[in-house]
Amino acid sequence: MMQQFLLFVQKEFIHVFRDKKTLLLLFGLPVAQILLFGFALTNEIRHAGVVVVDLSRDALSRRLTDRIAASHHFDLVATGTDPTVADRLFRRGEAKLAVVFPPDFAATLVREGGADLQVVADAADPNTANALANYLTNIVLDFQRELRNGTDAPFRIHLETRMVYNPSLRGVTNFVPGVMALVLLLVCVLMTSVSIVREKEQGTMEVLLVSPFHPVLVILSKAVPYLALSLVNLGVILLLSVHVLDLPVQGSILLLLGESTLMILTALSLGLLISNVTASQQTAMLISLMGMLLPTILLTGFMFPLENMPWPLQAVSNLLPSKWYYIIVKAVMVKGLGFSAVWKETAVLAAMTVLLLVLSIRNFKIRLA
Amino acid sequence: MKEAPIISVRELTKRFGDFTAVDRITFDVGRGEIFGFLGANGAGKTTAMRMLCGLSRPTSGEATVAGYDLFKQTERIKRSIGYMSQQFSLYEDLTVRENIRFYGGIYGLPEARVREQGEALVRQLGLGAVADQLVGTLPLGWKQKLAFSVAIFHDPAIVFLDEPTGGVDPITRRQFWDLIYAAADRGITVFITTHYMDEAAYCHRVSVMVDGAVGAIGSPRQLKERFGADNIEDVFITLARRATRQAD
Repeated sequence: MMQQFLLFVQKEFIHVFRDKKTLLLLFGLPVAQILLFGFALTNEIRHAGVVVVDLSRDALSRRLTDRIAASHHFDLVATGTDPTVADRLFRRGEAKLAVVFPPDFAATLVREGGADLQVVADAADPNTANALANYLTNIVLDFQRELRNGTDAPFRIHLETRMVYNPSLRGVTNFVPGVMALVLLLVCVLMTSVSIVREKEQGTMEVLLVSPFHPVLVILSKAVPYLALSLVNLGVILLLSVHVLDLPVQGSILLLLGESTLMILTALSLGLLISNVTASQQTAMLISLMGMLLPTILLTGFMFPLENMPWPLQAVSNLLPSKWYYIIVKAVMVKGLGFSAVWKETAVLAAMTVLLLVLSIRNFKIRLA
Repeated sequence: MKEAPIISVRELTKRFGDFTAVDRITFDVGRGEIFGFLGANGAGKTTAMRMLCGLSRPTSGEATVAGYDLFKQTERIKRSIGYMSQQFSLYEDLTVRENIRFYGGIYGLPEARVREQGEALVRQLGLGAVADQLVGTLPLGWKQKLAFSVAIFHDPAIVFLDEPTGGVDPITRRQFWDLIYAAADRGITVFITTHYMDEAAYCHRVSVMVDGAVGAIGSPRQLKERFGADNIEDVFITLARRATRQAD
């Protein structure tokens, strides 16, 4: 039985790899989305205006200011001791970021081994704000490392980043988890349902059902390649997000992969269910796209904040697996939280998977009878 | 027919809600026989065949296929039959060899046997030059012959063919029938549904379905005599006129 199963899985992989156009789409889409976003970002973050409010005016604050001014990401548009300057320049759009050195910056740093540094970002454009804050963080970390060189002193500069105008910061941190949810759904729901329905259309499904090969194994063999593809896709997205978008995985990568596998299973079950109720590839595609993709884009929360939606739409959003997955990914990837923070969402996803699986396997059996 | 029939059907019925698709059909098919299953569209022949293959569960009645009970021994039946659906049932994006390997494999045949027998089949069908080409690139007639050969690759007791010759030219159809005769000579029972009346004449015996029931059964010669007709087509038309059911 195992040998037959492997043979079947192998056949499914052939289907996938022979269909070059679809394969290109599957891998191209996430890469294109991520890269597009990445490049949109790099255009924005060169020569962003920065204001330095230096209330300390010591050697260290000046060295750090020079460092910031030297970065190609930033143009120093003003320095001074008046905090209101930053506000004014923000409003006029001339500065995107303000760095505020507190009084006695260097003295505190040397004496106590650590000092605060306040960073204020104009988050009206959240992507830019986040990226700028990241770049600044890197500059400060470099600077800190240099200070520590040759001494035992800790010299820790505490960055206190504050986003103004858009404190919840919807942007890149939303985008990557959103793309992840979207891609997993696209690959799994769409591809599974289409690949099963294609067998129905070709008449090969009947032959498979007449054969001694167990129907449940048919389904399992179909799931394997898409599970594998999705995991590869996920890896690509994560690599891009870390190396191109500077969005590191804060939490446990194992947890993230585990949760993603759960989401993949949910999507596969959904694809299976769709394939059970449809007879043609077009219908399966239409249901998957209109019924799943669109609500996912609109109601998952990464494009439009759910909090502002009327309650019926919020209620509908609760039915979308992607919403829960999105919450999980954000918690693990962006906030670095552990399983204890996302167990509820995980339970919802797991329950959905079981329900979908039971529904579709029962339907599949009825069709056989 | 001295030995036990390979297919034995008694009062087999299939209802979908109020609609009786197959109405108490009864017949036997002997070992090695080519049994034609005729009927207008919607007469219930595909439903009847699907029941015998285990694709559809009968509402009532009894049947044995290859000596196994249709209700209790479906798994045994599955190992003893081959099936070719209307759409040729090959994977167009797999090569000839890959299709053979896959179908041989899911019937649990040992790899060595699949390889050996597969190569023999490729030679026999004259597909050597295209064996590594995608099936989708082959002409319809070749695909159809390959599909049939794949359906009997595991040497089943019975092969069910659901309108296998739709859309191919008469010469190719004739060649296809050569394959069917060769299979019957090997002792494989052939159960075939068809629209083509010339094909009905090739069968050892035919059954004509009318409104879900068996309207007439016998050898082509017997049927012609019984209905005083010159050919099977006239027999069929006489019977089909009695139908009250609308074709689908």
